[in-house]
Amino acid sequence: MSEPSTTETTAQRKPLLQIEKLTILFGGLRAVNNFDLSVYPHELIGLIGPNGAGKTTVFNMITGIYKPTSGSIIFDGQEISGYQPHQINQRGIARTFQNIRLFPNLTVLDNVRIAYHTHAGYSFVDSILHSDTYRQKEKELTEKAQEFLSVFNLHKRQQEIAKNLPYGEQRRLEIARALAANPKLLLLDEPAAGMNPAEVASLMDLIHFIRDKFQLTILLIEHQMRVVMGICEYINVMDFGEVIARGTPQEIQSNQKVIEAYLGPGAGVLSEKYRRKSGSL
Amino acid sequence: MMKIQKTSLFFILGAIVFYLIVQYLMSSGLLTTFFTTIILIGGVMAIVSLGLNLIYGFNGQFSLGQWGFYAIGAYTAADITFRWYQMHTAQALVVALLAVVFAGIAFFIVGKVVKAIKDFDVLSIFALYLVVTVFFVYLAVMLGQPLTQPVTAFFMQMPPQVSMQVIYILAVLIAGVLAAEISFIFGLPVLTLGSDYFGIATLGFTIIVKVLLDNSDTLLGFAEMKGARGMVGIPKITTWFWVFLFLLIVVGVVRNLLHSSYGRAIISVREDEIAAKAMGIDVGQYKNLAFVLGSFFAGLAGGLYAHINGFLHPDTFNFIKSFDPMIIIVFGGLGSVTGTVVASFGWALVLEGFLRLILPQGFETWRFVVYPLLLLVMMLLKPNGLFGGVEMPFLKQTVPPLPESLLEEPKKEVSQ
Repeated sequence: MSEPSTTETTAQRKPLLQIEKLTILFGGLRAVNNFDLSVYPHELIGLIGPNGAGKTTVFNMITGIYKPTSGSIIFDGQEISGYQPHQINQRGIARTFQNIRLFPNLTVLDNVRIAYHTHAGYSFVDSILHSDTYRQKEKELTEKAQEFLSVFNLHKRQQEIAKNLPYGEQRRLEIARALAANPKLLLLDEPAAGMNPAEVASLMDLIHFIRDKFQLTILLIEHQMRVVMGICEYINVMDFGEVIARGTPQEIQSNQKVIEAYLGPGAGVLSEKYRRKSGSL
Repeated sequence: MMKIQKTSLFFILGAIVFYLIVQYLMSSGLLTTFFTTIILIGGVMAIVSLGLNLIYGFNGQFSLGQWGFYAIGAYTAADITFRWYQMHTAQALVVALLAVVFAGIAFFIVGKVVKAIKDFDVLSIFALYLVVTVFFVYLAVMLGQPLTQPVTAFFMQMPPQVSMQVIYILAVLIAGVLAAEISFIFGLPVLTLGSDYFGIATLGFTIIVKVLLDNSDTLLGFAEMKGARGMVGIPKITTWFWVFLFLLIVVGVVRNLLHSSYGRAIISVREDEIAAKAMGIDVGQYKNLAFVLGSFFAGLAGGLYAHINGFLHPDTFNFIKSFDPMIIIVFGGLGSVTGTVVASFGWALVLEGFLRLILPQGFETWRFVVYPLLLLVMMLLKPNGLFGGVEMPFLKQTVPPLPESLLEEPKKEVSQ
């Protein structure tokens, strides 16, 4: 395993998310084994690996869908493994899904308004009686949601049913919905899956844009190397539930283990020969 | 200042006109007693079905337990009024009221305790709720005995008409709350099951209730319920006024709830449970909320139903009948309040009314052939139900228009 190269700047800061020795067993299968990861504020980290390497399982453990067999997940100085998914979301971790999971039969506006639910600010009794508090808070909430949609250029589509949106806009809405509750850490699970090159380009812009606009830290799973190499500052490569390499995009591209994981044993040597022959990659 | 919207005004006016027309038809004798009863039953079914629509149509939990809670409500209310009407004692009222209040206190206390402890599994929570609640209800029964005498004396002072009405309304409300409380405890473990398993578990609940009612005089010790022979002698005091009032309140509550953030949380559970969790929605809590509220309506409806015919029989609460509200909401349109109300009255008028009259002598049973055929045709022609996705203006949620600041200059922060 290649040594994680910690730069001086990150060493002094406190990590936002620190995962140590994370392991999960499905029966006898070690889906994720001794996974370590530190994410520092405002970083954009990539998590890549061949299919079945355990990337999404790591996401599911961070967001509380799976309970890890052992290991710890510390977010913002607090142990979060064992919490329910909604509690973890309320602590500031939001995510999107590999296969888009919008609320398909609800309007675009309602998709975002649901994310605001925990901050609605009126009680159940208020909602039954439609009291003045309800009217006022509901109006505020709606305006906030509309303004939020306008940031993503979706405000003109607020009345549309989510499932009728084109694919690219569904992705954008899913990211918007995840950000509505103002999280600190955003987990993106294959955001570019099924997108054409033009959509991928605008997605990359979007990811950069939201990171600056919302002061986000982003952890990203992606298969399209163009996206990963293009926007991630730091990449972790997984295979068979373990981290096999860490480093900057340049380091990862020339890593023997990574090439072997993707292309099979011996491929690393071949690619080395190819590189010498052609002179560059 | 509260501003009443135009749609609300129209709705209330329309409701009053509808009430007055039906009331006029009933009191002028244009409607026979037979049809009066059918309209009352239609209203009661609308309340039950609205409760089920909240659970299945809006929250997505396939429940066959609605009929069990309806039965609980019916027998609870009937027992309270029966003891007053026939035995001239407020004992059942006092005990049931105290039991309901004490159970509520028990829930509150256990709720606080459970919240403070992390990593408490569902079955332990369920057991804790059950034990504490049973203890509190026992206390209520003990406390109720000495209080019976003074309360009975208090009601005796009133004119008999007034005391009967007061006890009747209290009985209906207690029936609703009791059904809600039972559903809360029952729902704790059962709502964690996936949808199909939840359906089976709730079906089991309905069967248990029916069997208990079959043996209510021996197993439960309520001699006046007379078990499988059927309970007779309940005062027939449910009028169109009460049915309509309760229906109006239930429609209003459902509408207000659905138009709020809590309603959206309930609907999000139906749409995608995992996404709802990832958005910070406590899925378990909202499943329970919808289930408890739906069962509350079932209990209310049961209380009203018990006083229509003055006769209750466990066979009415057979599990086969538990499909009736399910069929009504599918027919009317899942997730449509308007559809549920229309389909409920339609169900009562067609199945119990016209078909019984139209079909020749000896062919009444055929209505159970005609009815499924109607449903079949309906499903083929309009699979979303009669009112799938359509609501009256009052019940429809309007998407608020965009504020002008957003319309004027489109922000170009994100490229298309």
